Amino acid sequence: MPSQKKNDIAIRMEDVGIEIDGELDSGSEDEARWRDRNRKAKASPRARGRNGKPATTEDEEEEEDQDEAPRKRARKKKASAQDSEEEEEEDDRSVKRKGTKAAGRKKKAVKEESEEEEEEEEEEEEEKRGKKKKGGKVTSKKQKDEQNKEKKGDAKGKGGKEKGDGKDKKKKNGNSSSSGESGDEDSLSEGEMASLKEEVEEKKKLIATLRNKPWRMKRRLKLLKECQAFVEEFEGALGKGKGRKLYAYKVMMAKKMIKFNRDFDNFKTACIPWERKIKEVESHFGSSVASYFIFLRWMYGLNLVLFAFMFGLVVLPEVMMGLPYGSIPRKTVPRAEQDRAMDISVLLDFGGYCKYSILFYGFYNDERTIGVLQFRLPLSYLLVGVGIFGYSLMVVIRTMARNSDEGGDGGDDGQFTFAFKMFTSWDYLIGNPETADNKYASITTSFKESIVDEQENQKDENIHLRRFLRVLANFLILCSLGGSGFLIYFVVKRSQEFANLDQDDLSWFEKNEVEFVMSLLGLVCPPLFETIAELEEYHPRIALKWQLGRIFALFLGNLYTFLFALFDEVNAKLEKEKSIRNATIWGLNEYYSNYSSYHNTTDIPPPDIHPADVIRGPCWETAVGIEFVKLTVSDIQVTYMTILIGDFLRAMIVRFLNYCWCWDLEAGFPSYGEFDISGNVLGLIFNQGMIWMGAFYAPGLVGLNVLRLLTSMYYQCWAVMSCNVPHERVFKASKSNNFYMGLLLLVLFLSLLPVVYTIMTLPPSFDCGPFSGREQMYNVVMETIENDLPAFIGNIFTYATNPGLILPAVLLMVLAIYYLNATSKNYQNANLELKKKMQMARDEEKNRRNNKENTNQVMQDLEDLLPNRSLLPPAAAEEKPPPEIVREKGSKSPKVAKRPGAAANGKGINIQKDVSLAAPNPKAAVTHPPGPRGPSGNARGPPPGPARGRGRGTPPSRR
Amino acid sequence: MGTTASQLRKDLLSEYQELTFLTKQEIILAHKRFSELLSKEDRNIPTPRVPMEKVLSLPELKSNPFRKRICHVFSTSDMKDGSLTFEDFLDLLSAFSDSATLEIKSHYAFRIFDFDDDGTLDGGDLEKLVNCLTGETDDTRLTTEEMRQLISNILEESDIDKDGTVNLSEFQHVISRSPDFVSSFKIVL
Repeated sequence: MPSQKKNDIAIRMEDVGIEIDGELDSGSEDEARWRDRNRKAKASPRARGRNGKPATTEDEEEEEDQDEAPRKRARKKKASAQDSEEEEEEDDRSVKRKGTKAAGRKKKAVKEESEEEEEEEEEEEEEKRGKKKKGGKVTSKKQKDEQNKEKKGDAKGKGGKEKGDGKDKKKKNGNSSSSGESGDEDSLSEGEMASLKEEVEEKKKLIATLRNKPWRMKRRLKLLKECQAFVEEFEGALGKGKGRKLYAYKVMMAKKMIKFNRDFDNFKTACIPWERKIKEVESHFGSSVASYFIFLRWMYGLNLVLFAFMFGLVVLPEVMMGLPYGSIPRKTVPRAEQDRAMDISVLLDFGGYCKYSILFYGFYNDERTIGVLQFRLPLSYLLVGVGIFGYSLMVVIRTMARNSDEGGDGGDDGQFTFAFKMFTSWDYLIGNPETADNKYASITTSFKESIVDEQENQKDENIHLRRFLRVLANFLILCSLGGSGFLIYFVVKRSQEFANLDQDDLSWFEKNEVEFVMSLLGLVCPPLFETIAELEEYHPRIALKWQLGRIFALFLGNLYTFLFALFDEVNAKLEKEKSIRNATIWGLNEYYSNYSSYHNTTDIPPPDIHPADVIRGPCWETAVGIEFVKLTVSDIQVTYMTILIGDFLRAMIVRFLNYCWCWDLEAGFPSYGEFDISGNVLGLIFNQGMIWMGAFYAPGLVGLNVLRLLTSMYYQCWAVMSCNVPHERVFKASKSNNFYMGLLLLVLFLSLLPVVYTIMTLPPSFDCGPFSGREQMYNVVMETIENDLPAFIGNIFTYATNPGLILPAVLLMVLAIYYLNATSKNYQNANLELKKKMQMARDEEKNRRNNKENTNQVMQDLEDLLPNRSLLPPAAAEEKPPPEIVREKGSKSPKVAKRPGAAANGKGINIQKDVSLAAPNPKAAVTHPPGPRGPSGNARGPPPGPARGRGRGTPPSRR
Repeated sequence: MGTTASQLRKDLLSEYQELTFLTKQEIILAHKRFSELLSKEDRNIPTPRVPMEKVLSLPELKSNPFRKRICHVFSTSDMKDGSLTFEDFLDLLSAFSDSATLEIKSHYAFRIFDFDDDGTLDGGDLEKLVNCLTGETDDTRLTTEEMRQLISNILEESDIDKDGTVNLSEFQHVISRSPDFVSSFKIVL
């Protein structure tokens, strides 16, 4: 820094010198003197900046004195030469006051000429300001050094006023002889400020970035002190009056804001649940297993939100404001079922009291508004039911987009997988030895997994055999998929037969055959697929995807078979309901006619029947809800039991029977289980699909699912840590996250279909649920529009639903999709292009650094050519010096010098071209006049310089 | 500092704040921890040094495989014994602090990984580095074959000029693309 300062001073001196010349030309002696003084003034702040206050004060004092009684004071303090200067100054001022605007204009021109000069002036002005102030305020003639600071403060405070003064002066400025000078004075107030500010900002920046320098503390401390001294000296001049306070306030607030943000971020990360648990799992089992748990956590978050919707907008209002249990038929257990309504076996099947509770659709009343809040429950029910899908869809797609965003520059990551693992994998925060051990394990794991990856890439074997095996494997898997499909079809058929028989004659197995078979298939098929997949010898990551796809197909088949069976049931129930409904209506009519004829009155009270005795329909919605809840529960049971038996028991046996067994159980056949990522992920996804489908008919299902996810988080974490061993072939699965999301999106869509179909087409039951008595469920919306909203909204809605409007809207959407698609393709192309360019730049860089090893043929040729070209002695001579200079200083002037040389002999241009492909054609620079060329040369210059200089050793010897 | 070692001069404190990425509280805490490490007789020396063994006993460093390297890198001692003055200690904490920039972190990371202090990461450095990362136990250690492949892969990726070593600019180039280096290169008291 100090050296730089010196440079500055030197430059300034030069400037001043030039100016003096100019002034001499003009022939004004006054000005010359003034300049002289100016120079001095300029020198003094410099000194001040470096040495501190003492040096400055003398000058300032002198100046202060001038104002009131210049001669006397000056004489006291100063030599005669200075004295005269001061006199001159005084004169100048008086002259200035009479100045005209023309001078101001002139001044501006001067200002633009040289910034450095301005800076000088600035400093001078500052002094003057200080002087004035003191002159005006303080009557005592000699100021002490200590007051220096005070003065500055004053200057700050009154800077504004002074500026005003300056302007006044400008206006009055009249004398041609003093015009230049006065102009200078005025410019102090503006340009000076700006450049001083700039310098101070620069220092501040240095202070702020000082911590970024990897130097020793001592060095930084020294530099800091220097800079701080400078800033303290001059910063005062910057802000004025209120402005300064505001400025300080702003700075403070900015600091606080940064700190707050940092704390908030820390808080946010601290709030992520199970982070440690997952980290622990990750350190043992690698990222792939952890990705399952992260997915589970994400799912939990999603379900919590769904639960909040469902609970807050549907369940809670019904419980708080709706009719209590037993008040109306739909909220009462029918007489026939009452005896067994509390039996545990019935409750476990979600019959009895469970069936007539808020868990299920049928419990909800169809009153348009409930409670004091006039809460529109049916509307809310419908909107929440649909809103759940909307929200899930949004979240899934957003997550996918974000994931793909992160993976966007994945091409770049691919370059450094090993280096990242090597250099950035240690977590320096680890403070406990156990975690450190985990980390060691996980790092080793990741090293191994990437080595496996690498080997996988290099492997090259008998391709025909592998192809045959893959075809065979796919054939086998198709066979088993078909088999499972047939099995389910068979079972469903059988269950329909059973449904016609009397329920009491059937065994437990026969009643639950469908669920049982489905769970069993889900249990047996994935491992079977995995075994078969081993034939294929895919890379583990690809194998995982195949496996996921196959299990997905299996589950999907199962689910849809189940759904079709359910639809049959619903249709049967609808038939039954129709007859019951007719019977009920008929009965009511009978009752009314009888009553009126009997009592001879039209004022008929409703039939006095106990709610439990009312004949009611089958309420297919509740039945569907029960089916889904049952399926979910059985899924939970099967999953948990599998873990308990398949993992825990197996681990126990292997662990403890190993002492008395004839072969090594741990290493041999049963060994410990591995964590089945694909199966678990798909289980989770299908479970979620079931929740989405069932939530509309069983609002309690979402709550149940939240519980399930919560427990399975802990349970599976425990199981995996205690009973499982890491995969033998560990691999990274972070990239498959979006694959999971894609599956989830597909399942979401598939589960959306049946629900929307039922909402739109099937008539709701006449005596249960929030939509009873309406033709269609969505009629609730119509009702609300008609009754509760102003008429014009109804009109708007009618227009909006007009096919004439919908068709163009759809068309517009299609067009928009087309357009977006096209643009995205363009972006992709641009991206590719950029990537190519980057690759090229990287190769170029390599070559450049490599030029010693002859990788860049062109470059080498040229270097060989260079000495031969000394046929043109002057050009060669000119060219030789620059590289060294460039290397040493990196200043622009040598490069400018070099360019003409290069241009002179045509090949020089080529060199530069080759050295930096990205740089524009140097010829363009050559055509420019010398002035502007400097900076442009600078901008373009560095590539050649460092290119040669930075490599190993020093190439110039060749040249 | 004098007798009340826990007192830090105010101007010094603010300068330290300016020069490090630490907050006032962190510096005071660091000073407290540092004074605890000092032995009685050391406290009267103007710039006391804490021997490396004591610094390594800090729980934050205890389980770090690079703890010795860290001490050596940040030490200004002429004896090369890894002992730290308070300013060295602050340097260390600053480089490992939350808000330190990628540049400074990568600079120090490079020096930490440069086991033989020759300014480049060569095969020997990388091997030591891998051994540090995989721990001392035999079951986590890589085989020679794996080690060879790993190192050749790393050089393949990051050794841009193909001279068989990774130098600072290559290292920083690699590190700057890493998404999680800044967040993991942290030590908090």
